[in-house]
Amino acid sequence: MSTSDIAPDARDTALQEKALAERLASLWATPRGILGALSTVDHKIIGRRYIVTAFIFLLLGGVLALAIRIQLARPENRFLGADIYNQVFTVHGSNMMFLFAVPVMEAFGVYLVPLMVGTRNIAFPRLNAFSYWIYLAGGITLWAALALDMGPDIGWFAYVPLSGPQFGAGKRADIWAQMITFTELSALAVAVEIVVTVFKQRAPGMSLDRIPLFVWSMLVTSFLIIMAMPAIMVASTTLILDRLVGTHFYNPAEGGDVLLWQHLFWFFGHPEVYIIFLPAVGMVSSIVTTFARRPIVGYLPLVLALFATGILAFGLWVHHMFVVGLPRVGESFFTASSMAIAVPNGIQIFCWLATLWDGRPQFRTPLLFVVAFIITFVIGGLTGVMVASVPLDTQVHDTYFVVAHFHYVLIGGAVFPLLGAVYYWYPKIVGRMMNERLGRWVVALLFVGFNLTFFPMHILGLIGMPRRVYTYGPEMHWGGLNLFVSLSAVILAVGFVLFFYDAIRSAFSGEIAPENPWGAPTLEWATSSPPPSCNFERIPVVSGSYPLWEEPHALSVATGLRINRRELLVTSISDASPQARESSPRNSIWPFLAAIASTVMLLSSIFSPWAVVWGSVPIAVTLIMWFWPKGTPEDIS
Amino acid sequence: MRHRAVLDVSDLPMHGLEAASPTWWGTFGFMLLEGTGFALVIAIYLYLLSLAPQWPIGAQPPRLGPGTILTVILVISIVPNYWILKWARERDLRKVRVGIVVMSLLGIAPIIPRAFEFPALGISWDSNAYGSILWTMLGLHTTHIVTDVADTLVLAALMFTRHGDNPRRFGDVQDNALYWNFVVLTWLPLYICIYWLPRL
Ligand code: HEM
Repeated sequence: MSTSDIAPDARDTALQEKALAERLASLWATPRGILGALSTVDHKIIGRRYIVTAFIFLLLGGVLALAIRIQLARPENRFLGADIYNQVFTVHGSNMMFLFAVPVMEAFGVYLVPLMVGTRNIAFPRLNAFSYWIYLAGGITLWAALALDMGPDIGWFAYVPLSGPQFGAGKRADIWAQMITFTELSALAVAVEIVVTVFKQRAPGMSLDRIPLFVWSMLVTSFLIIMAMPAIMVASTTLILDRLVGTHFYNPAEGGDVLLWQHLFWFFGHPEVYIIFLPAVGMVSSIVTTFARRPIVGYLPLVLALFATGILAFGLWVHHMFVVGLPRVGESFFTASSMAIAVPNGIQIFCWLATLWDGRPQFRTPLLFVVAFIITFVIGGLTGVMVASVPLDTQVHDTYFVVAHFHYVLIGGAVFPLLGAVYYWYPKIVGRMMNERLGRWVVALLFVGFNLTFFPMHILGLIGMPRRVYTYGPEMHWGGLNLFVSLSAVILAVGFVLFFYDAIRSAFSGEIAPENPWGAPTLEWATSSPPPSCNFERIPVVSGSYPLWEEPHALSVATGLRINRRELLVTSISDASPQARESSPRNSIWPFLAAIASTVMLLSSIFSPWAVVWGSVPIAVTLIMWFWPKGTPEDIS
Repeated sequence: MRHRAVLDVSDLPMHGLEAASPTWWGTFGFMLLEGTGFALVIAIYLYLLSLAPQWPIGAQPPRLGPGTILTVILVISIVPNYWILKWARERDLRKVRVGIVVMSLLGIAPIIPRAFEFPALGISWDSNAYGSILWTMLGLHTTHIVTDVADTLVLAALMFTRHGDNPRRFGDVQDNALYWNFVVLTWLPLYICIYWLPRL
């Protein structure tokens, strides 16, 4: 059937399941070929691309980490020179934060949120496509610069005056700043999409108290992104202006101020940690519920803890600046809120443990990652409370103690849950299972390798080894521990390699995954693995928090949607009662072209400020073409 | 999984307006995001002001003329903007066409005094940090006006084509008008910062 044979007002009501599936498949499909690939607006394809790309950046960043560890393994080593070392740790940090950790979390949101709320595509699917291309362009920019020996060398937070016009010669700092613009643009776009998807596209009946915890966590994260990322965009833009057109924001000689940079950066930078961590919390909640085989203990406290963390995150930025000398009361306030954030984190841990305690836990790989996470995160949290106190922070500031602390939070607190999430959702995304036996090896190698690598760094920090030094003399007596750390990093690396091996191999030869391999309760498991292009042939209707446990044999669904256009349901914010049958945009090449035009403008502006003017013209043209109605059935109302 | 039909949605409208429209919420999302950006720029202004021994640094306060004219135009534009919101809600195509032409003109009009505002600042962006933040504030808000005017012009053209008479377009007009209110609203604190704080 092609669209023209169908009566405009035809509905899905009377259609048999098979005919309906065929009809919807042709309506929502992504055509084969390069044009189809560049034009698709399917959140699953885009989400998958995001996930794969982010993991490639993890791999590349990991290679840099190994280079760092080779260099530091022995005193006065000559593997990397000072200048290259500066580029390497800067690109490692910036890559891990801006190209891996934040995007990978959003990527899981892009893929899973629409499925978990029971809708057919994310809100603003074309913006979603655009955001991916922009993200990719930002990543390529950073890595191409490193390959050309033009990589930023200013640390991942690019403090002025080091990054300013006076000391940061060449284009390295500009590359860093523009990479920020790219990645934040894409992150902000995705954040708005997720907020609107959660607000307006939830399955009928999915009232606020029935939203899966992962979806809540992505909602709070998206708000954090919307409130925090503009700060880094303002910061990187003013930095670029200082460097390219001679403004004086960060020049104290002309009324500017260097601390202004630190305030702007950390107003974003601290929430950033929670932008990475909150989705991980959501992933853990999903995994714990499924494998404990009982509803989560403390749903409401967990949701409130998400909100509390989100709000407190903004009270924390100054704690990165204790040593710069701020008013005493200010320091006390920020110490208090830094410690206060331990409270919601503690509540979460208790709820998860109680759920496992009271359930019948099945220790499959995803749950093992959760156990690794809980242990590691508690240690990381403890050192966090330590550095939240001003006297201690003064002592260990800028040492390897801090490097150890934030890797505990980032790897223990986010990467472990993330890998658990990969094992958990892989069957849904790929349609095949990952290998359980290899999975156990991966958990063990990563957990042991990680702790052996990073725990000694605390001690290195306490005995005085500063971060960001490319080498050290033998008389410092840091050599033994450093060698131990570097050797342990090999164990960690083997764990990661095994993980990638399992992920790639399983895509070809893993066991075929059924619809709901883990017996999980949420809606993404109510459709085939991988889901059809329309996600759900009929949109689910929900009457509880755990739909697949409450009605294990038949899914309640809605009927009466059109079959001549891409259609989904819009529902009210609080009780998710149906409000409209809304159309969802078709595939389009224009988001891709708009992203190309934006990339040309942003990169050219590093070399000539006028590019902002002439570069806007192609952007405007592509945007107009993107939004101009094409007379498809989707435009009818 | 087997399906069990429990809800018939065939009578729902084919497009939601306002709170039932995803784009309406999307517009609010972008306002929140850009509003945060403007708030931060104002925070930078106040931060630099609090550090400076005297303010403005090395210049007279900006001349009031062009900025005030622009402010008056923007505030006046709120009235037809309110009408167009109402007409769009009533789906009155004829009136909306008139309204969107008026709003296009009222969008272009402030760009003229804006061109005179930059020289009226009395300082260049590269003279000192005071000049830098002033130019940034004005530049940012100019981008804001220009993008919204471009959007309004495209929408105006669209309203005169066969695509115009469509509830979806009326929704677009509403979102666009909402956004214009936001453009006007963000200007007021900027106006006070740029023109009146240095006179205190
Ligand atoms: C996979 C194993 C990893 C190893 C062995 C490792 C190792 C290191 C080391 C030794 C440093 C300190 C460099 C120096 O100060 O001279 C460092 C810095 C850093 N790492 Fe990692 N890292 C790993 C993964 C990650 C991950 C997954 C993230 C983020 C999600 C991350 C984020 C950072 C950041 C932000 C810095 C600071 C860079 C800077 O000082 O500007 N790392 N890493």
